[in-house]
Amino acid sequence: MLGAIGFAVPSLLWALLALPALWLILRAVPPAPIRRRFPGVALLLGLKDDDQVSDRTPWWLLALRMLAVAAVILGLAGPILNPDRSTAQGSGPVLIVLDAGWGGAQDWAARQELADRLLAQAGRDGRPVAMLRLTAPEPVEFLPAEVWRARLPGMGPQAWTATAMPALPESAFETWWLSDGLALPMQDELFAALEAKGPVQVYQTGRAAIALAPVLVEDGALRLTARRALAGEARVIGVAAMGLDPAGVPRALARIDLTFAPGASEATALLSLPAELRARVTRFEIEGLRSAGAVTLSDDSLRRREVALIAGRDDREGLELLSPLYYLRSALEPSVDLIEGALLDILPANPDVIVLADVATLSGAEQAALLDWADKGGLLLRFAGPRLAASDLSRTEEDPLMPVRLRAGGRTVGGAMSWGAPKSLAPFAETSPLFGLAVPDDVAVTSQVMAQPDPTLADRVIAQLTDGTPLITRKRIGQGQVVLVHVTANAEWSSLPLSGLFVQMLERLAVSSATEAPAIADMAGTTWAPFEVLDAFGRLSATDALQGVDGAALMVEALGPDLRPGLYRSEARVMARNVLGSDDTLAPAIWPARVPVVGIGGAKETPLAGWLLALALLALAVDVGATLALSGRLRLARAGVLVLVLVMPRADAAHAQATPDDAFTLLATAETVLSYVRTGDATLDETSQLGLQGLSDVLFFRTSIEPAPPIGVNLETDDLGLFPFIYWPVTEQQPQPSAEAYAKLNRYLRGGGMILFDTRDADVARFGGSSPQGRKLRSLAAPLDIPALEPLPEDHILTRTFYLLQDFPGRHISRDVWVEAAPADAEKIEGMPFRNLNDGVTPVIIGGNDWASAWAADERGNPIYPVGRGQTGERQRELAYRFGVNIVMHVLTGNYKSDQVHVPALLERLGQ
Amino acid sequence: MSDAAILRAVPDGSARLRARAESEASRLPPLLARADHLAGTVLLGEHGRRRAGMGDDFWQYRPVQQGDSAAMIDWRRSARGDAQFVREREWQIAQSVMLWVDQAASMRFSSDAKIEPKADRARLLALATAVLLVRGGERVGLTGTSLPPQRGRAQVLRLAEMLSRDEAADYGVPEHRAMIPQARALFISDYMGDIAELKLALTKAADRGVRGVMLQVLDPSEEAFPFTGRTIFESIGGTLAHETLKAGDLRTRYLDRLAARKDELAALARVTGWRFHTHHTGDSAQVALLWLWAAMSGGAA
Repeated sequence: MLGAIGFAVPSLLWALLALPALWLILRAVPPAPIRRRFPGVALLLGLKDDDQVSDRTPWWLLALRMLAVAAVILGLAGPILNPDRSTAQGSGPVLIVLDAGWGGAQDWAARQELADRLLAQAGRDGRPVAMLRLTAPEPVEFLPAEVWRARLPGMGPQAWTATAMPALPESAFETWWLSDGLALPMQDELFAALEAKGPVQVYQTGRAAIALAPVLVEDGALRLTARRALAGEARVIGVAAMGLDPAGVPRALARIDLTFAPGASEATALLSLPAELRARVTRFEIEGLRSAGAVTLSDDSLRRREVALIAGRDDREGLELLSPLYYLRSALEPSVDLIEGALLDILPANPDVIVLADVATLSGAEQAALLDWADKGGLLLRFAGPRLAASDLSRTEEDPLMPVRLRAGGRTVGGAMSWGAPKSLAPFAETSPLFGLAVPDDVAVTSQVMAQPDPTLADRVIAQLTDGTPLITRKRIGQGQVVLVHVTANAEWSSLPLSGLFVQMLERLAVSSATEAPAIADMAGTTWAPFEVLDAFGRLSATDALQGVDGAALMVEALGPDLRPGLYRSEARVMARNVLGSDDTLAPAIWPARVPVVGIGGAKETPLAGWLLALALLALAVDVGATLALSGRLRLARAGVLVLVLVMPRADAAHAQATPDDAFTLLATAETVLSYVRTGDATLDETSQLGLQGLSDVLFFRTSIEPAPPIGVNLETDDLGLFPFIYWPVTEQQPQPSAEAYAKLNRYLRGGGMILFDTRDADVARFGGSSPQGRKLRSLAAPLDIPALEPLPEDHILTRTFYLLQDFPGRHISRDVWVEAAPADAEKIEGMPFRNLNDGVTPVIIGGNDWASAWAADERGNPIYPVGRGQTGERQRELAYRFGVNIVMHVLTGNYKSDQVHVPALLERLGQ
Repeated sequence: MSDAAILRAVPDGSARLRARAESEASRLPPLLARADHLAGTVLLGEHGRRRAGMGDDFWQYRPVQQGDSAAMIDWRRSARGDAQFVREREWQIAQSVMLWVDQAASMRFSSDAKIEPKADRARLLALATAVLLVRGGERVGLTGTSLPPQRGRAQVLRLAEMLSRDEAADYGVPEHRAMIPQARALFISDYMGDIAELKLALTKAADRGVRGVMLQVLDPSEEAFPFTGRTIFESIGGTLAHETLKAGDLRTRYLDRLAARKDELAALARVTGWRFHTHHTGDSAQVALLWLWAAMSGGAA
């Protein structure tokens, strides 16, 4: 071994001794002759060589070849830079023990690299290896190191720490233990067992594991606590509160620094967040640390629910204690945000819970909106009361917003006018969400509404009285539910609202959320199903394949494969189980003094064989070039390089070619272009083309608009957004555009484009009449987002954008031209000729005057289709052109001419 | 050969001939153009014999001398004075110039893509000289019987065509038959072949009073011999080959032999009254043409 370089097969290095011999041989062998055409050969004939030895290969070429050969020999000898000498070169089987808990996740890459290095070392020494992950123990089997190296990437850490003793093989072996640095419960026992089998070496980083404890709410602020395993020097860590921002993007909503004082193993800080932001926080994590311990998930305890309280008519003003909402308000106020108001005003705020206290009648709209809201997961909590009992709600048929049918009148027990004593509550059944809550003796019910005994009743009861009458019933509506409490929300009918049970029931029903961690006793009997679990690196992933766990176990049992850190759900409640509990501390692993503990770092060992062989190849390639150059045969090689150089830019050029789409876009955007819809009827399309060409020419001559030749657009494939104005002649035969094309058209209309629909039948039909084109227009335009229309009013902007016009003829003269209706509040100001209409360009103009035919002109400007007769006809064509000019002006300049600034000039021109 | 085979072969053969003719024809105009262009750089200031003799153009009036017949007197001139004058015309006997341009394979050599083959340079120079001579009213043709000397622009075209034909032989041999007595000759070659043939041609020419110019066209590499290493040298046609283990060692001896060849050629020229010059394809063609023109006209003056 030479310094930092070792060799796998040092014996091969003897081959280097053969190099001098090679030198002599290479020198003696003449290079192959070159054939040369040379007319001067006639003069050479008969000349003899002085020296029978051919030209020597130049020394530098020889050296190059020697270098190549030497590199091959060295490469085959398997040189390794920084070979691992930290492990004693032993023999016999090796067991590599990995803690593989969350504590090692933060520098798992280094651990994995170390394991790989150890495996490589064992492989070089030919030792069988077994690997054992304490968090996911498998039977120990000794296999060749290469097998384990292949399996290594799959042996990730787990999100919990090991607790159980693994089974160890009988035979003796050496142990290399990669510790996470955290104390394990059975660490001493396991260490003793391993030491009995053979020597043990421990690998461990100096970095202490840091974990976040669950977040607590203190006086409205969040108490963040981080703990570390080794109380060392001062350290500051950043903690980020992650959650979805209003746009639904996960991001850090807030961050705070926690400072570990020197020698302290705990750092804490208060984070104050607005309620709205707090409700969005899904997790807190230590910045820059990837481990399950660095993440603490937040659950319902951070979330303040929004509860809407709605009572029936409140006609007893001033009697606060009798208000149906008083007890609810007192019970809920500490833990939820209350909303009060009219039902339809509240619903858009999407509250989590709506409480209806003694509300019997709901309007049809309210009922529909409530059903819709409940269907999406809302919880509707209804309380009975005199009004509900007096109404016919859910009497003969079950109301959609009531869980059961009700008997008329309800019942009263224990009162002055009735027999029997007030009834008390029966213990909750196991199927009830309230199961486990203690029933106080002093809760008495004197009046209630009674459920009709229906077949579904038994499933819907979640609380009942001692005599078996239902007290609370529940029905699911889509993802949500409706719960009916058969007594009032005040103390009128029962003492339930006065008891502590009332608050607990509201919590259980997820009406309110607990502000303190629930007691273990409260949790007993509930089943919690994990729906999102953390992996060792602190990533949260959805799951639905894991078993549910008991509520009490969820709170106290140690984490393991069956109880993973993550979010658990029971009914509508969500609870988080974090790696570090509120009271847990982190203990560092303590090893006996006799055990060697080695750091994980260290120079990575690098095999150099590949590099050396590559160097040999390179040297040989240079040798080929040099030999060719020496013998003057480099021309071919040059040609090859030339070909490469020529081909490569061409490949680039191929990429740079513009696509046909780009060509279309360029064509349409280089100049202003009028366009028409291609209907598929060749004659009609040609008329449209010629018509718009004629109009373009007129625009070119008379205005500053200088359009390029018109373009026909295909509604399905072309980008409409490039055109300011589209002429759409309607024929019966044209196909209905696809849904995508309609989406495009609507986008076009909303984006300020204009379509001129022309049914071309004004000579025979009035607008809206049942001509075939009219019917087709209706079916074509039905999916379009077209505003209300009106016949073009006399003061419309189209009458004066360029020319002052009263009529809008094409080939036909019809005044039936429809445009977007003016807003209802447009008023004519005294003394002004026009109403004050300052906004909006009409997105459509609909008419049937066959304008394109009137506009159509051949390339010499001669009209193609006859319009009218004689001089009158020519005047009509001129007016058609003027209308076209006005439309295009309107499209391009908007309502500029509507500005009142122009009124004086217009008045003057109008001669008023 | 069966009839069918002939039928098959004929269109094929004629097509090939046609293709070759096309390609040859395509080479002609550039060659002609270049030759014209090159010839245009030479001023024809020294044209004409500049002395009295047979011809059409007026040369001078001279006083009547003894022995002049009365018919020789130019009466129109003599009537202006007392003395009698004889009208002399310029001597305008056209010379016949015979060209021999080596078309053999050895001339098609060029050591570098940037340097044109020797044959191209030789043809260019020969044709440019021919253009100049035709402009000067001389008759130009080829040695031998293939193209006898004629005057006129058409002869230049015929010359160009004849000059564009390659020969298969490795080294060219000058034609020594059908030499026109007292004519002039221009031989352009690399003179790498057998010198005995050349000697024969030159002595025969000298015997018939033909004098002329020998231009040796060499490639720069033939002058420098920049070769090293183990090499097999082959002639262009492949008939000759010479292998050496160390080409570099042959250099001085090759150069000695080349110098000896040049000396021999120069000596031959001296003996026969010819002029000899060596031109390299790496140099400008114009220099060579100027020398050629001076040598040709100088010899005639």
